[in-house]
Amino acid sequence: MIVRVQENLFDAGAELNSFAKNQPTVGAIVTFTGLVRDVAGGLQGMEIEHYPGMTAKAIEAIAADAQNRWSLADVLVIHRYGTLHATDPIMMVATASKHRADAFAAADFLMDYLKSRAPFWKKETTGDGASWVAAKDDDEEALNRWS
Amino acid sequence: MDIMYFAWVRERIGLPKETVETQAATVSDLVAELVAREDRYAAAFADITALRVALDQELSDFDAPLAGVREVAFFPPMTGG
Repeated sequence: MIVRVQENLFDAGAELNSFAKNQPTVGAIVTFTGLVRDVAGGLQGMEIEHYPGMTAKAIEAIAADAQNRWSLADVLVIHRYGTLHATDPIMMVATASKHRADAFAAADFLMDYLKSRAPFWKKETTGDGASWVAAKDDDEEALNRWS
Repeated sequence: MDIMYFAWVRERIGLPKETVETQAATVSDLVAELVAREDRYAAAFADITALRVALDQELSDFDAPLAGVREVAFFPPMTGG
């Protein structure tokens, strides 16, 4: 398991290639990359705050849960904090398995849990000022799929 | 006990972290003590259903006991991913 919480930009392609190396029993890797989206037009920046003492531990617990539920050779989670701009990558998950079904399901699970259970908060700045992104009820309900 | 605030909770209270002396038995009791202090706490904790709490960096709830807890954090629902 690889978990990185960082301010720096990452290269999703390079991360995938590095993750895929030295995995002779792996037949499938699923990756998801989340990008900063300019929802209404005019996004000047997105500030991502996190809880340094808790973030990596919370993500590791979610990744360990995924490893218990599915047959995974490895899991990678990268999540950024700090000031980002439209089109910047925010986060990435990669799951490696013998077969694709486990890799897809685990990546889906990781995304649902990272959205609502990893201690990050997003604040968007536009020409109208800055506002915190509200959590969606749908995101919370998505967790019920896995219980 | 250290108390940490994140996102708009931090902004409403006006600080990221403070250390308090408290005999509060539960998280709810601690919230009541803070709310009684100053308006900015009352504003931040006006609707605790809009808040989440972590005890020693693990998600918890407002009924949880505080015995032995060293760090309490209050924040809005998380928006990771």
